[in-house]
Amino acid sequence: MSNGSAADTPRPDFAPSASLEALRFRAVMLRRVRQFFDERGFLEVETPLLSADVVIDLHLDPLPVVLSSARCQAGKVRTMWLQTSPEFAMKRLLAAGFPSIYQITHAFRGGERGRLHNPEFTLVEWYAVGQGRDGGIRLLSQLAETLLKKGPAERLAYRHAFQLGVGVDPFQASCEELAAAARQHGVVIPAGQDLQDRDGWLDLLLVDCIEPHLGRGQPTILCDYPPSQAALARIRPDSPPVAERFELYVEGIELANGYHELLEAEELRRRNEAVNRQRALAGKMTLPSESRLLAAMESGLPPCTGVALGFDRLVMLAFGASELAEVLPFPLEIA
Amino acid sequence: MATYKTSDFRKGLKVQIDGEPYLMIEMNFVKPGKGNALYKCKLRNLLRGTVLDRTYKGGDSLESADVEEIDVQYLYRHADTFVFMDNKTFEQYELSSEQVDDNWKYLKEGMVCSMTLFNNNPIILSPPNHVELKVEYCEPGVKGDTATNVTKPVKVETGAEILCPSFINIGNIVKVDTRTGAYVERVSS
Repeated sequence: MSNGSAADTPRPDFAPSASLEALRFRAVMLRRVRQFFDERGFLEVETPLLSADVVIDLHLDPLPVVLSSARCQAGKVRTMWLQTSPEFAMKRLLAAGFPSIYQITHAFRGGERGRLHNPEFTLVEWYAVGQGRDGGIRLLSQLAETLLKKGPAERLAYRHAFQLGVGVDPFQASCEELAAAARQHGVVIPAGQDLQDRDGWLDLLLVDCIEPHLGRGQPTILCDYPPSQAALARIRPDSPPVAERFELYVEGIELANGYHELLEAEELRRRNEAVNRQRALAGKMTLPSESRLLAAMESGLPPCTGVALGFDRLVMLAFGASELAEVLPFPLEIA
Repeated sequence: MATYKTSDFRKGLKVQIDGEPYLMIEMNFVKPGKGNALYKCKLRNLLRGTVLDRTYKGGDSLESADVEEIDVQYLYRHADTFVFMDNKTFEQYELSSEQVDDNWKYLKEGMVCSMTLFNNNPIILSPPNHVELKVEYCEPGVKGDTATNVTKPVKVETGAEILCPSFINIGNIVKVDTRTGAYVERVSS
């Protein structure tokens, strides 16, 4: 039975989970990403992984780092945050007058581990100054086409995807109608699912009934989200209003998340406070709601789009792998 | 009783749902866009073998199940009760014939089996995969016939009937697979 091939020998504990071939391919993809942005005149930047500020999101759990130094008063410590994305720092650069910028960096998200998640992962994040929603979607489509060679992305409105996939209008349907659609489509509903948690129902339907069909054959960019899921995107005052957020899907896997960026500091303050209230209700630690980003926005953030793309997932898909561990040298368990 | 948070969820975890023990046989972490993490689990009921599909949200938790596996020796049968003894603690455990199920066919006094305890009560008995049983009665074998595809019922020392090839005779010892109940080979004649 044994033919002495490498697959028969267990991997020693120190060795990487990814093959040399996979990591060579990863290096090629890194160069291609840099080339894509360099050719378009984006400036590559690096910003801190450890910051006093952090993105405030109900479902992102940043990892705190406790610093004690001679400059702190005796017995006092200072908490800083490993960044869940370089968004705040990159927007501070834009507010300071920088042109379009990109960055390839590590990011950290607590508690996320699975076939498509590792708490430490690599993001490609870029900001295109002067660009609107359409330009943002076009650039993301071009990047996907260049790196994955599966053609340009089709656009699909969030609303249309739900109407096609589960026959409900995600903007108009009541929570009861969303719950009924979930049951009708055989979604396994968590015991603790609150009937009035509208975004919870939308997410359950999205994960089970919509996402698996996105990006088959050619990439899909899902766009124009419900305002309750705007995060840091601006809201377009249509009827009903939509958040100018867009996400890239390939083979049913979410690869990138982009915004036509919110510019108003006051609006961000309101959203931060609302999210912190939700975090407190969910028993999570609240996060610092004042930040240097707010100061930057008050001084003036230029109109722009910003996108974050999961580089590990991109490599995984382009390499034909089925889990991140095949393209990461040392995932969490052996990090 | 310990609880497992969703961040502790993994394959192989033993948990309690509605008072019954389950083994987590599959766990998939999914997270929609900016949404709440979902933990999609398949759980096997250790009492009944049925499989449950459950989805948990980040922040949910499950009670751990006090499940352990021990080696026990089969002592004797008293009416509908089978009595076993933990070889280490000498503690005795009783299983009903319903819990023992078809496994009574393979139980010989002194045989070491594996037993699963839930809250210190026996729930599953697993005899060794193969047991050797002496033939007590059968129709006489056909001389010269060594074919294994012609079978006949054979009564073994435990009182069970096993289908064996026609060349098996009284006094032979046969090896039986306890997972399928099938004859494997003749050990001695």
